[in-house]
Amino acid sequence: MSHLAYVGVLAFILVGTAWLEVFLRTRVYTRWRRLVCTVAPVVVIFSVWDLYAIASGHWTFDDARTTGIVFPGGLPLDEVLFFLVVPIASILTLEAVRSVKRWEIGDEPAGSVVDGVRGGDL
Amino acid sequence: MTYTALAVIAVVAVVVFDLLVMRTRLLRRRAFWIAYAIVAFFQLVTNGVLTGLRIVRYDGAAIVGSSTPSDGVPPFMGDGRIAFAPVEDLAFGFALVVLTLVLWVWLGRRGVERTPYAGPPRFEYPGRADDPRS
Repeated sequence: MSHLAYVGVLAFILVGTAWLEVFLRTRVYTRWRRLVCTVAPVVVIFSVWDLYAIASGHWTFDDARTTGIVFPGGLPLDEVLFFLVVPIASILTLEAVRSVKRWEIGDEPAGSVVDGVRGGDL
Repeated sequence: MTYTALAVIAVVAVVVFDLLVMRTRLLRRRAFWIAYAIVAFFQLVTNGVLTGLRIVRYDGAAIVGSSTPSDGVPPFMGDGRIAFAPVEDLAFGFALVVLTLVLWVWLGRRGVERTPYAGPPRFEYPGRADDPRS
């Protein structure tokens, strides 16, 4: 079971944010194509950073508490999943704030007033 | 390059990316900073687990603080650490979140599943504004 320690943390993040999609209607998973297009480059860029850090010895992982599935370059699957899960949770959080506060986030059509509310700008 | 240097570069890079390259200007929006505050809190918690349990270990040569000890828990606070994690992780997390949200907003602005917008919530709560759509 201890091999699931790292991915257990990731599961906690996924489960802990999933309710936002249902109860705050964040509609992030609904817009899954946009989600994929957003997260894919993030996973690539941060995996490259991770590979450099691993090669440079910046950090190491406990083999006993990661899945043991490792990509070439010593990159654990757990880390790649981290770069997938944290962005999803971040988007859910931003859309949750929009849902509750009705503040603009910047993807509204130019000059539009969403929900009759402006004032997203500080 | 050290983790410290890379973390600083990453923060500068995502700020430039948001304000000047993509012009999404998320960093000027209230919605972003409220969302980031929530995400940062949970980042401290989950990262604290990963670093405090030494699932991820750091080399002192790459960070402001000392190496993760081989025989015990790293300091909760101090020696370049916040909630067990190196301060560099906060910058790493900030860059990860900003890059993600800039891309999300930019795609929406370009018309990639701009809608359906989020909301309204399924429940009523005190002080909720009337929904003009309903």
